[in-house]
Amino acid sequence: MNTYNLYLNSKRCIGCHGCVVHCKANKNLPVGPILCEISHEPLKSVRGVPKTEFKFRSCYHCEDPFCVTICPTEAMKKREDGIVYVDVPKCIGCMACAGACPWGIPQHNPETNKAVKCDYCMDRLDAGLQPACVTKCTTHALKLVAMKEI
Amino acid sequence: MKKSVWSMCGMCTVRCPIRVEVEGNTVTWLEGNQHILKGALCAKGSAGPSLVADKERPQQPLIRRGGRGAGRWEAVSWEFALDYIADKLKTIIDRHGPESIMASSRGGPFQDLVKAFTHALGSPNYSNHDSACGRNVHHASLSLFGLGRKGFIYDIKNAKHLVLFGRNILSSLRPAEVNQVMDMLDKGGKLTYVDVRQTLTGIKATNFFQVRPGTDYALALALIHEIIKAEGYDADFVERYTTGFDELAYFVENYSAEWAAKECGIKPKDIHELVDQLIADRPKVIFHPGWMLSRYNDSFYASRALNCLNALMGNIEVEGGLIFAKGAGDCGRKGPRSLNELSPKPTAKRADGVGDIYKHFEKGPGLFHLFYKAMATGIPYPIKGIICVRHDPFLCFPDPQAQKEALDNCDLIVSIDTHYSEFGWYSDVILPESTYLERDSMIAQQKGMKPRLIMRNKAIEPQADTLDLCTIIRGLATRLGLEQYFPFATPQDLWAWQLEPTGFSIADFEKKGFVEYADKPVMFDREKLEGKFKTPSGKIEIISQNLTEWGFPSWKPYVSPAKPPKGQYRLVFGRSPLHSHSHTVNNPLLNEMMPENTLWINTREASKMGVSEGDFVDVISGDVTCVITVKVTDFIHPEAVYTVHGFGRQIPLQTRAYHAGMSDQKLMKGQLQNMDPVGGGLNLCETFVTVRKSSKNHQRKVEL
Ligand code: SF4
Ligand code: SF4
Ligand code: SF4
Repeated sequence: MNTYNLYLNSKRCIGCHGCVVHCKANKNLPVGPILCEISHEPLKSVRGVPKTEFKFRSCYHCEDPFCVTICPTEAMKKREDGIVYVDVPKCIGCMACAGACPWGIPQHNPETNKAVKCDYCMDRLDAGLQPACVTKCTTHALKLVAMKEI
Repeated sequence: MKKSVWSMCGMCTVRCPIRVEVEGNTVTWLEGNQHILKGALCAKGSAGPSLVADKERPQQPLIRRGGRGAGRWEAVSWEFALDYIADKLKTIIDRHGPESIMASSRGGPFQDLVKAFTHALGSPNYSNHDSACGRNVHHASLSLFGLGRKGFIYDIKNAKHLVLFGRNILSSLRPAEVNQVMDMLDKGGKLTYVDVRQTLTGIKATNFFQVRPGTDYALALALIHEIIKAEGYDADFVERYTTGFDELAYFVENYSAEWAAKECGIKPKDIHELVDQLIADRPKVIFHPGWMLSRYNDSFYASRALNCLNALMGNIEVEGGLIFAKGAGDCGRKGPRSLNELSPKPTAKRADGVGDIYKHFEKGPGLFHLFYKAMATGIPYPIKGIICVRHDPFLCFPDPQAQKEALDNCDLIVSIDTHYSEFGWYSDVILPESTYLERDSMIAQQKGMKPRLIMRNKAIEPQADTLDLCTIIRGLATRLGLEQYFPFATPQDLWAWQLEPTGFSIADFEKKGFVEYADKPVMFDREKLEGKFKTPSGKIEIISQNLTEWGFPSWKPYVSPAKPPKGQYRLVFGRSPLHSHSHTVNNPLLNEMMPENTLWINTREASKMGVSEGDFVDVISGDVTCVITVKVTDFIHPEAVYTVHGFGRQIPLQTRAYHAGMSDQKLMKGQLQNMDPVGGGLNLCETFVTVRKSSKNHQRKVEL
């Protein structure tokens, strides 16, 4: 069950890359792994005004995640609420998950030699808080949307 | 043990209020103060703890042992370093008098300590970086309103239309202000953006004008012309509160939309459409008069014209307009004490000539670049000692080589900073200041609709042998026998002394991290603004009595900017949301996001040169050549090339930033004294550079 979604209001986003750094700082990541990204199409001139849309991408927390299936040590897990996360002590850093994920989402953390990926900051969620990227987004453009079970 | 600390960010000069979570002596989380920023912070803000952890910043006081700039440092104790500096200062004072020592700080709410120290020494020569930043805007504002550039706050959130001339408000970002802009846009407000290139701000614009570089003043004059012609100004407001309107109307007679369109390289129709919108949206229209406007030799007049447009809109002290910044006094209260009041007023004239030769410049911090003139010539008297606090002149002002030649006349150069600056690397002593997360700072007043007191609290103990500025300055003052002007052992004593007249105590900060002087926004009665403008006439002086007295016109006839010669381009620069000018380029997190700058070149020009995206080009000015990779884009004017400021660093100990990208300052050869004669701001966009395909090429590689 995919319960959460990170939604970006592109109209409010200013492409400042704050979210990317908020995420890295919260996860205490060294140079290398980047868990979410902000991108945009090349500018197009619309009635004399150059325009573009911003896109935010992190892990999709798939219904049937390849990364979970392939993980040899069951370190990649899916929670009840749909969050796919790395059970860090079990991870051996083989990065099979990254190979299996169609988008190459899981990243290698060279400092710990383990996989790391977006888990919607589940420790913060469990404490009743919002993910790092959402809390600190410069313009409040990012929202974590919880899908209602049908 | 976990604790939560209210504090203030120190990654750039905005100084956002923050809340820091600490476990042991480690910062585990920080966010924007929920009461003001609802958690929001920019990338630089989140990268703060990685500045603290960075071992590539000075770890203890350093004294130069080799030649200046050679990078041979001896690590010494604080005792030793402070004794060393105090001895040198004493010798200089004995030989040349105290006025031969100058000090400069970053400016902003905490300059009081450095200013007080300079004055306590007996020197009038306190300065900061403002001649490379907001001086033109400040003086333009003073000449019209009698109030400096911080005299008004802009109620952007409630505006219907925000007009920005080169003010890249969403990249040079202040999170609170950015949110006001986004809120305004969400409510259907319009944004007009004028620049020589496309920016993150331009993407959000309703109207975008890509103008020829150096023609801002032309467009502003045309807007005045068209608004007056259409009788679209607030006649009642103009009648009541301004002087000189008729002269202005006469002056702009020839500056029509058609004329400006040709001058700026835009369409007359678009200007007319803009004018119609502005008149319809009045008075909730804000013309931003510029923030950093040390750019062209008529930037002072451009800023004056923009501020004058505000007056024509009648947007003063109305919702969605310009609102007088209120201080404690406007709430019937007292502000915090200033240290500078303790020090005697120095009697000597300033070495930069401000207030004496240059009567039209406000004394304040003076004009830093003019001190180099005094250093080089010994006129009006020699400058022999210089202390820079969190201020890197080599990255701030043009032509570092010329600066070094002038500095070589000094007997003592001291840099007090949290990181290695280019200036620090050339200095005699580096005193490492604790980072903002490791130090307490003075209490400061923030003016606004609801004035408040803000403070920075130490979140963790220093990770290296560093000290806070209060302790450093006091250490020096004590050694020089000036301790009576700094009667506090600790920052906490200082706070108590500062707060005494305000009626607040430190405990009042506990709830929200700041204290407010008012519950509700304080507004003046718009029908009774007489006397609020501190000009000689008490009105908004479209024709300024002061300017006239000093021999300057209130409106300078427009002069078309020079076209660059063939093969050359006008070098312009700007900001990225990931770096604050210069001091973040070596931050591990921010460097990873943006390790170097690129040179923007217009697509057509690039193809003429035979370069494509990602190629190297040589950028040449005088005897300086820089190599940089190219970004090819339609969205920059063909006469200009653009880069982000702050790169091209040459400090080997900063391994990430070392030689990455290009320094625009170095290319501004011979420009150190090129300033706007009326505004005092440097002309930082008046350099032409030669650009050609570089022999350094990604393809050409010989491998064994
Ligand atoms: S922090 Fe917010 S505004 Fe900035 S890039 Fe990320 S989503 Fe966009
Ligand atoms: S890592 Fe890839 S496969 Fe796994 S849940 Fe995320 S998007 Fe799906
Ligand atoms: S939810 Fe957390 S882990 Fe995922 S992108 Fe945002 S900050 Fe990173």
